[in-house]
Amino acid sequence: MLKINNLHVSVADKPILKGLTLDVPAGEVHAVMGPNGAGKSTLGYSLSGRPGYEVTDGSASWNGIDLLDIEPAERAAAGLFLSFQYPIEIPGVPAMTFIRTALNAQKRARGEDEVSAPAFLKLVKAASQSLKMDFDMLKRPLNVGFSGGEKKRMEILQMALLEPSLLILDETDSGLDIDALRIVADGVNAMRSPERSMLVITHYQRLLDYIKPDRVHVLAGGRIVASGGPELAHELEAEGYDKFLPEAA
Amino acid sequence: MKALARLDLTDAATFPSRRVEEWKYSDLKRFLREAPELSGTAVVGAPGPFYDLGGDAIVFANGRPVGVKDYIASGDQTLRLRFISDATGTGHTASARIVARPGARLLLLETHEGKGSAYVAHNKVEIDVASDAEVTRIVLTDEPDDAISVAEAEVKLEAGGRYRQIIVATGAKLQRLETRLRHEAEGADARVDGIYLLGGSRHADLTSVIDHVGPNGTTSQLIKGVVRDEARGVFQGKILVQKGADDTDARMGHHGLITSERGEIDVKPELIIYADEVQCAHGATVGTLDESALFYMQQRGISADEARALLTQAFLIEVVDRIEHEGAREVVREWLTARL
Repeated sequence: MLKINNLHVSVADKPILKGLTLDVPAGEVHAVMGPNGAGKSTLGYSLSGRPGYEVTDGSASWNGIDLLDIEPAERAAAGLFLSFQYPIEIPGVPAMTFIRTALNAQKRARGEDEVSAPAFLKLVKAASQSLKMDFDMLKRPLNVGFSGGEKKRMEILQMALLEPSLLILDETDSGLDIDALRIVADGVNAMRSPERSMLVITHYQRLLDYIKPDRVHVLAGGRIVASGGPELAHELEAEGYDKFLPEAA
Repeated sequence: MKALARLDLTDAATFPSRRVEEWKYSDLKRFLREAPELSGTAVVGAPGPFYDLGGDAIVFANGRPVGVKDYIASGDQTLRLRFISDATGTGHTASARIVARPGARLLLLETHEGKGSAYVAHNKVEIDVASDAEVTRIVLTDEPDDAISVAEAEVKLEAGGRYRQIIVATGAKLQRLETRLRHEAEGADARVDGIYLLGGSRHADLTSVIDHVGPNGTTSQLIKGVVRDEARGVFQGKILVQKGADDTDARMGHHGLITSERGEIDVKPELIIYADEVQCAHGATVGTLDESALFYMQQRGISADEARALLTQAFLIEVVDRIEHEGAREVVREWLTARL
């Protein structure tokens, strides 16, 4: 279970998250929705440990592990995966090399056996097929020159191969046309299991038609200001975020 | 500015200071005020990184040739040229001469292998590439961080000669690897590449002077370097195109990465053109490792150190990939990867 309690985060000394509290039990998918500037991306970055996102108060733990106390790579080995809104280009490192390096680094950190090159090749081939990806793309430097949709598929491919237990999807629908969105959502839904928790961060309700959340939370002014069932997402779509903005509160 | 006398380790008056323009980033005089005592004999130890590629060998131990010091290639040949230093506080000079006869193909695998400490090494090699001959020179350096080491190569290219060079420098207290190359006649083709990978307080200086005398020659140069800690990398690249060297095509590129607060890179590219109808270009960049890429890699479980090494290797490997000889390329790739 993901437990976030009274989380305060500043970026360049400016407070962004101001006492965010949220629990995601194992096996559940929770959506965090909110207007621009509410702190949605900050939530994903601070849980994953991005430099520059300074936690000034509060706590966050995953299955009892204090996330805020360990390095970003250790958080990944503990199961945390952040799907980036804008995946980063890594020049000179072929996608396949990158993913295998990451997978084996995580396995080493957990004291598991590494995956051999032939075994890994088999895994990648199967996973790329189910995401309808061109296998040759995996021989190219990671994300370099990829379209927005290709980058998002590459994120989901990494997710499928790294098998994280805590998934944070940051605006995964941005830049996707409807066909790509369906493929990506199918990839995410295939990962749903009783042990996994997912946090789906999104501005629009559209993605939640494809990835159905158990709970929906509204993030505004750096805090969760409302929580409800899936119907809350439809209300937000119809009425907007106005009533949750700090001025109206 | 006074004229530059040829460096002679037995005469302190020939040690350049930074007041000599060509040495302004590598102040030899600062580290070496007096002529060092001559080094004693040294034992040739381990076989060196290129041993598995076979071929002939010229070996200098503390400046003394172990066997021959001159070499003439007339066919398809491999030569390992090893400059071995094993001394403490003393100095030594070695000079070798290599000739590739017309039509010969020589793979020259040069290593500067140092043990001991605070020695001063001065290693020189003259390379003559006859018409339609080809020489590939690959240089690896592995020297103590308190050594002083100056290597000079003098290369002459005759008509249609082909020369391929890559120097991989890991620095020393002061390490200078200088290449002076002349396109003596028409249609010669030179590639003068280099890598520097420096940590601690190491210093490496890649200096080259490419002189186009004959027409229709080409020069291509790609230098990439990474400095960490308080290290300092220097690249001085001069290309001269003399009057009459028409239709010269010369391109020079330097790209450096500084991965620490106190690292330093000094770059001085120079193009001096007296001929008409030439194509010349140079580009130089110095930057830092991409922080967002480093975080992205760590988010996927790759440790900060491994992420840095992977990005550094990806940056430098472009130069290694230009080595045409597959066996030598693999040795250099592994040698470099082991030092990231």
